[in-house]
Amino acid sequence: MFPLPRGREGAAVDDVSFDVGRGETLGLVGESGSGKSVTALSIIRLVLPPGRITRGRIELDGRNLLDLDEAAMRHVRGRRIGFIFQEPMVALDPVYTIGYQIAETLAVHDLARGDAAKKRAVELLAAVRIPDPARRAGEYPHQLSGGLRQRAMIALALSAEPALVIADEPTTALDVTVQAEILDLLREMRRVFNLSLLLITHDLGVIAEMADRVAVMYCGRIVEQAPVAGLFASPSHPYTRGLLASIPGGAPGERLLAIPGTVPGLGNLSPGCAFAPRCPNRFEPCDIVPPGVTAIGPDHTLRCYLYGPATDQTDGSREATDRRSLGGAGQVRGQAASHDTAVREPT
Amino acid sequence: MTPLVDVKHLVKEYPGRGNWFRKSAPVRAVDDISFSIAPGETFGLVGESGCGKTTTGRCLLRLIEPTSGEIRVKDMDVRALSAAALRRARRHFQIVFQDPYSSLNPRMRVGDIVEEPLIIHRLGSREERRVRVRELFELVGLDSAATAKYPHEFSGGQRQRIGLARALALEPSLVVADEPVSALDVSVQAQVVNLLLDLQKRLGLTYLFIAHDLRLVRQICDRVAVMYRGRLVELAPAERVFAAPAHPYTAALLSAIPKLQPGQKLERIPFDGDRFQALPLREVEPGHWAAVT
Repeated sequence: MFPLPRGREGAAVDDVSFDVGRGETLGLVGESGSGKSVTALSIIRLVLPPGRITRGRIELDGRNLLDLDEAAMRHVRGRRIGFIFQEPMVALDPVYTIGYQIAETLAVHDLARGDAAKKRAVELLAAVRIPDPARRAGEYPHQLSGGLRQRAMIALALSAEPALVIADEPTTALDVTVQAEILDLLREMRRVFNLSLLLITHDLGVIAEMADRVAVMYCGRIVEQAPVAGLFASPSHPYTRGLLASIPGGAPGERLLAIPGTVPGLGNLSPGCAFAPRCPNRFEPCDIVPPGVTAIGPDHTLRCYLYGPATDQTDGSREATDRRSLGGAGQVRGQAASHDTAVREPT
Repeated sequence: MTPLVDVKHLVKEYPGRGNWFRKSAPVRAVDDISFSIAPGETFGLVGESGCGKTTTGRCLLRLIEPTSGEIRVKDMDVRALSAAALRRARRHFQIVFQDPYSSLNPRMRVGDIVEEPLIIHRLGSREERRVRVRELFELVGLDSAATAKYPHEFSGGQRQRIGLARALALEPSLVVADEPVSALDVSVQAQVVNLLLDLQKRLGLTYLFIAHDLRLVRQICDRVAVMYRGRLVELAPAERVFAAPAHPYTAALLSAIPKLQPGQKLERIPFDGDRFQALPLREVEPGHWAAVT
């Protein structure tokens, strides 16, 4: 929840539920202002005041992170959940060397100290395929290129061997050839460390290459959730369909299919489905109450009245099927409400 | 047909990273580039950051002074123009910038932003300019009643429309669009791209479209030039570049685009930058040029 003018509050993330199994990659897609980054920050409880999480559960290996005190939470951040940000230049500390920052992380989590930590830092830089890692460990972030910096941040995120890595637009700031290298690296790291990955991006191409399952967010809600092949083969929510159709890829000279209108601001959401004002399939119920969650296939759920009136107000329908694939670990289940920072329409 | 834009042997050098005691060789941001654009054509200039595509676009309008080479736009020798003549000539070539947030003056009303070029070029009376601004707003799909608002009251896509309205105020023949949609969300990108295509049809515009989104370039450009380290490495009709890339760098670039089919096998083609040689363009098939031996 975040405060709005005139004493109102707005939910930037509203009744969002998902889980990530051990070794699984869940892609979280959405445009700016959809609440995907706030969702990620909520998981590690880094939503800054005045934003706050008002209700829900965030479970990691069966433990509710919302019950932990700040000291225990610090142990979770970095040690159990690693974070890769879009801008490594901002996320890395400019006044310490790359190697020092990794060694410090190892020391903080009591994994290694002194020379052992230094040695491990160089090993990690080698693992993320940074050439001449011993030399690079002694360099500062500004001395590295964008691609190398993102590799260093991946090494840092992986240093304490977390169960879950949250990657928030990890390749958005990179050129396409460097992006390809970083995606290849993430795939390799996922295999080597048996990582669970929550991959946040606006780029459906990245999702298609990386994700096992996809959750599509719009205005703070997950509007469609499905295995990646199913989502691309038969996108069902009108927003997902619009998003896929607006990617260029048609015949030369052909017009693109655009979704009309823009993403509404937090303060002027429709009382019904948030997508209704832009939706080509809008009909009566859409404007009154937001649709609940309907299951239309195995692991395929969405919030849309086109697929029948939903009775269930949470994404609980996935729970039964997922538990078995979890292997008892790496599970994150969230439900939260907070805010985002995107530039908005005039209110 | 005589080309609208004709660029020959364009070079832009920047001083190298020497120090006070020691000079070093200049860096060539744009290194001997030649191309021409036909009237009504959409010419795509693609490449990764630092390849020189933006510098090329700005040299064309002399927003950056080229080091050497020849630039002709509409039979004007752009490099020979005096400052005053250049200002007059800029009526004919305009630019749309990438960032819709920093490219509009936040303290001006959007109507004034669009009207400003008309005042600078002393076109029309006050009343005529007002009418023209309202026309321009409607042309780019904005509410003509919104002219008294400030840029911050608009979304990114709408701001890009305002930038476009300003660029079109003087009825230019050439519009240099430097990454005009890359700061926008996908669904909004499509709206602005469609607007660019519609306006081209209605006004007969010629575009130099600078971009890094290869999927987009493929769909909207007639011909595409690929830049790498200040050089043109390939120049061909859009569909040929994508169907049969002749330069290894182009092939590597295309293979790096994420595919939209999940589960498809990834075939990345690596490109070793250290082995890059600056070769002249050679015609490998009619209309398809590549810097290969």
